[in-house]
Amino acid sequence: MTEQAVTDTTHRYSEAAGLRSIAADFSSDRQAFRNVSWGKAMMWIFLLSDTFVFSCFLISYMTARMSTTVAWPNPSEVFALTIGATSLPLILIAIMTFVLISSSGTMAMAVNFAYRRDRRKTAVLMLVTALLGATFVGMQAFEWTKLIHEGVRPWSNPWGAAQFGSSFFMITGFHGTHVSIGVIFLLIVARKVWRGDYDQERKGFFTSRRGNYEAVEIMGLYWHFVDLVWVFIFAFFYLW
Amino acid sequence: MVDVPLGSAGVVTAPDVEDVELYHPHSWVTKYVFSQDAKVIAIQYAFVALSVGLIALVLSWLMRLQLGFPGVFSFIDANAYYQFVTMHGMMMVVYVLTALFLGGFGNYLIPLMVGARDMVFPYVNMLSFWIYFLAVFILVASFFAPGGPTGAGWTLYPPQAITSGTPGGQEWGIILMLVSLMVFIIGFTMGGLNYVVTVLQARARGMTLMRMPLTVWGIFTASFMALLAFPALFVGAVMMLFDRMLGTSFFMPAMVEMGQPLDRNGGSPLLFQHLFWFFGHPEVYIVALPAFGIVSDLISTHARRNIFGYRMMVWALLAIGALSFVVWAHHMYVSGMNPYFGFFFATTTLIIAIPTAIKVYNWILTLWRGDIHLTVPMLFALAFIVTFVNGGLTGLFLGNVVVDVPLSDTMFVVAHFHMVMGVAPILVIFGAIYHWYPKVTGRMLNDGLGKLHFWVTFLGAYAIFFPMHYLGLMGIPRRYHDIGDMAFVPPSAHTLNAFITIVALIVGATQLAFVFNLFWSLRHGREAGGNPWRATTLEWQTPETPPPHGNWGRDVPVVYRWAYDYSVPGADQDFLPQNQPGPTRATTGAGHG
Repeated sequence: MTEQAVTDTTHRYSEAAGLRSIAADFSSDRQAFRNVSWGKAMMWIFLLSDTFVFSCFLISYMTARMSTTVAWPNPSEVFALTIGATSLPLILIAIMTFVLISSSGTMAMAVNFAYRRDRRKTAVLMLVTALLGATFVGMQAFEWTKLIHEGVRPWSNPWGAAQFGSSFFMITGFHGTHVSIGVIFLLIVARKVWRGDYDQERKGFFTSRRGNYEAVEIMGLYWHFVDLVWVFIFAFFYLW
Repeated sequence: MVDVPLGSAGVVTAPDVEDVELYHPHSWVTKYVFSQDAKVIAIQYAFVALSVGLIALVLSWLMRLQLGFPGVFSFIDANAYYQFVTMHGMMMVVYVLTALFLGGFGNYLIPLMVGARDMVFPYVNMLSFWIYFLAVFILVASFFAPGGPTGAGWTLYPPQAITSGTPGGQEWGIILMLVSLMVFIIGFTMGGLNYVVTVLQARARGMTLMRMPLTVWGIFTASFMALLAFPALFVGAVMMLFDRMLGTSFFMPAMVEMGQPLDRNGGSPLLFQHLFWFFGHPEVYIVALPAFGIVSDLISTHARRNIFGYRMMVWALLAIGALSFVVWAHHMYVSGMNPYFGFFFATTTLIIAIPTAIKVYNWILTLWRGDIHLTVPMLFALAFIVTFVNGGLTGLFLGNVVVDVPLSDTMFVVAHFHMVMGVAPILVIFGAIYHWYPKVTGRMLNDGLGKLHFWVTFLGAYAIFFPMHYLGLMGIPRRYHDIGDMAFVPPSAHTLNAFITIVALIVGATQLAFVFNLFWSLRHGREAGGNPWRATTLEWQTPETPPPHGNWGRDVPVVYRWAYDYSVPGADQDFLPQNQPGPTRATTGAGHG
């Protein structure tokens, strides 16, 4: 009981100290977020903006799903694969989700090795991440192909509300584009790491700014965000 | 306002901030065309935006000619009229006001006012302008596309925006409009991220957030809002583009067109309206907040008096910014949405009046017993306050559901939003151009022409938009190509319409005097010197005028005080620049907040 109370107060104290330090940071000159580089701040704010894009997509989809005049197709059946004569609901999506979440793990490891300036391991782990990302996009392409063969189009589908196909292609397409862009940038940053650009502080081709290993972390922020968005799409589109 | 002298406990001495590696242009093209210097980008933005503004002005003339003298100008048929309405609205709101305040003034003033050498990512900043330019190109291209530009109304409501009865609906117009908007949003995002991060992370030593001029606060808040509001328009545009090009039915209910049922069903037109206004209402404040900020600085400088209630001004800006995200459906009282929503949205709408009123009172109290110099920028600033109050009061009418229902879709609405987000911000833009032109070019704009421009514009705007309130109260609908002879329309309404048209032509033509002034003064204007208005903010303290690439020469300024030390008792001049250390430890309005 006493111990509990003590823990509580410490907790509250540290919370107050945390708030105070936030206030101190915001009332300081030069920077509102201490020791946060420009690139990282920009990525965080961009991700906030992108969150609004995906929120709008998902909320629009939910509105369409709730207000459509025809019944919505059952995603468990639509996204089932028949493997060895058993129909497994959502099996492909489960694998895709597993692949993407794993890629977040390898990305986190890459960031870790980047800060140890371990050129080789960072680059390899980023390549693995890119490979997992590409696998995800590949499986999505397979899923699209399968559904298109079954007659799903943006404007109609054999099972019910036309908005099913529209929302599906739009949302997974937009997310897939994000993953693809991420894969491209992973490859670019991995190449720079491999070549030692960040050790030599070589100037960027377009921006003529010197890069450093933080680029890997900023890349990681984007990658984890894309992962997180997928979790929401998985929950709201496939599991609902 | 807590005064934090450097090195005291209040200032967290930032660890060595990476000094900017400035990009140095090597040729004429990289210096003036694909420039990465925020000041050049600002001028490019402003030039393109003002040119689009002139096109939109001519479009408004054409609309007024039809309304004032229906049937006289045979080339303005119903289709052309709707195209003019649509393009005028969309151009003015997005491509002129947003681009000019954020891309133009934002780029020029943010780095200078916070004491930075440039934006944090100059390359991205350059891309931002050229993508904006591409968006403008696509938009203007729609005038030459088969079928002409879209005539869906600037709000682009589906289903009519993409059906065959609407000009451009089944042709190129709507496609080009939507694509242009998407491109604009991508370009703006690049710029907006720069503005926000520069303010947050790249200020000079001693420049705390609460020492920033209100101009920076206004542009910063608006940029941040735009980053959160434009996504809704982006998503709406993507979905409507799919509806138009792929035949999806996001926004399309079951419809019969020309007796033929369309192959669509189950979509929700209301969904688009929600998406549009989730962007559209914050957009009003994206335009208004920079204007609020700039006008605060103008009246403080030209009345030689510190801004009243600086901290309240900042918090009011932030409060307006936050509240503007929860009021959007007040544009939709008659749309057929759940009527109970009206209660919530009317309440939030009226709550916004509180921080707004705080700002207006503080402006007036700043002027109170000030040493008011009636310079051209000051005239525009004062005119803004009057106009904004006028437009804001009619906003209270329209924010109430019961009053809005009879007034919606009448000329009253047109009068309201032109006063509050058309004329008012434009007055600030003019005032700001007269104010900062000497810094940009080193020469003053001609005063006589400026006063002529001011009085005709100011009085003319009232002659145009005041009668519209009256027309609206009589029930004259908006967006009608020709009212015709309705029983409830007295002949005097037609006379009034003709009067409005004539004034609009005169006011529009007077803008040419302003354009002439801009070019003439480049050569023949009076030499301005570095600080003609004796202002305190950092941009007036640059070693050279116009400021060179990198802004500050060798040393970046250090800030010792807030931006409003005018007429400080005991000081040897009536203003103390922000970078002036000194014995007069600024009391900086402590306790006024």
